[in-house]
Amino acid sequence: MITTQIYSITGLLLFGMGLFTLIVHSHPLRKILAVNVMSTGVFLILIATAYTPLGQGEVDPVPHAMVLTGIVVSVSVTALALILSCRVQETSNRDLLREKPVAETAKECTR
Amino acid sequence: MVKTRNRPKRLDGFQRLFLLLVICMIILLGYILSNIPGGTLGLEDTVAEFQDRSGVESPVTAVLLNFRAYDTMLEVVVLLLAVIGAWSLTKSPLPGQVADISPIQMGVVRLLAPVMCLVAAYLVWQGSHLAGGAFQGGAILGAAGVLILVSDFPQIHTISALSLRIGLVLGPLFFVGIAFCCLFFTGDLLGYPEETAGWFILLIESACALSIGVTLAALFAGSRPESGVQKKQPAVKQSPDRGNS
Repeated sequence: MITTQIYSITGLLLFGMGLFTLIVHSHPLRKILAVNVMSTGVFLILIATAYTPLGQGEVDPVPHAMVLTGIVVSVSVTALALILSCRVQETSNRDLLREKPVAETAKECTR
Repeated sequence: MVKTRNRPKRLDGFQRLFLLLVICMIILLGYILSNIPGGTLGLEDTVAEFQDRSGVESPVTAVLLNFRAYDTMLEVVVLLLAVIGAWSLTKSPLPGQVADISPIQMGVVRLLAPVMCLVAAYLVWQGSHLAGGAFQGGAILGAAGVLILVSDFPQIHTISALSLRIGLVLGPLFFVGIAFCCLFFTGDLLGYPEETAGWFILLIESACALSIGVTLAALFAGSRPESGVQKKQPAVKQSPDRGNS
């Protein structure tokens, strides 16, 4: 039981840290990273709830399956968010990503 | 060194209030989590009961591709949507510039990429009885694609945009196609006939692993291939769909 608790609390802390960063910081990269940290926390909690000590019954496969697909989906969400933030940088007048003249940044952003 | 402008030195009033709220939420959720009654709230017994009829021996694969296959189908489509979104938003051509590549990197990638494709194929095959499956295999395939991309192999430029797009849609297409075949023949969406369920699952997993690999590599590249109609330059890219399962 203590194992589940440790993992759950760690996941919870990660989720809280991510949520705080997501709201407090305005930099797009930080927000994307924060969402990733949050999702990692959620995955950790899900896996921890599925934990059963060795020999005490079957492991619940449903959370495992959900986390498995969730990881891949979160990778694609991250990629889409990065491209979206690049696009916002290109088309907006405000400089969101770094402190440089907009034209210069936009050029780098198209990579 | 990139200096981020909005790094607050001190938290202002609102941020302190929010920090307090987040801490309260963590304590509350922690209290709830530590009071979840253990024991019989999972679905492990239900899954174990129907395991024989799912066509695979691994419970995770059974959940992913049989019991909750509809869910997985939509998630595969989400991946495809992510690529479509990425390609709609970016203007840069597909093989981007890479930094100068050391010969050691070229050599290592040349050795690693085939091995990774093999491991991916093995993981997909292993998914029927142990840990493994389309997502793990696809992730390794995607990693191989990323390695090939950053090494800027000349073969990348010979892959046509069409084959890349086919690689992207193959998995979702197989999944949806089999789903509708099942609907037509057995009356249930994704209700595989029991005796051939294992083969259907393997087929879907192989196609999905390929598509997930191509998807992840394409998302890493972050740029789209030239359509090939307007321009003749072979500006197409990427990908592990040469040598895998």
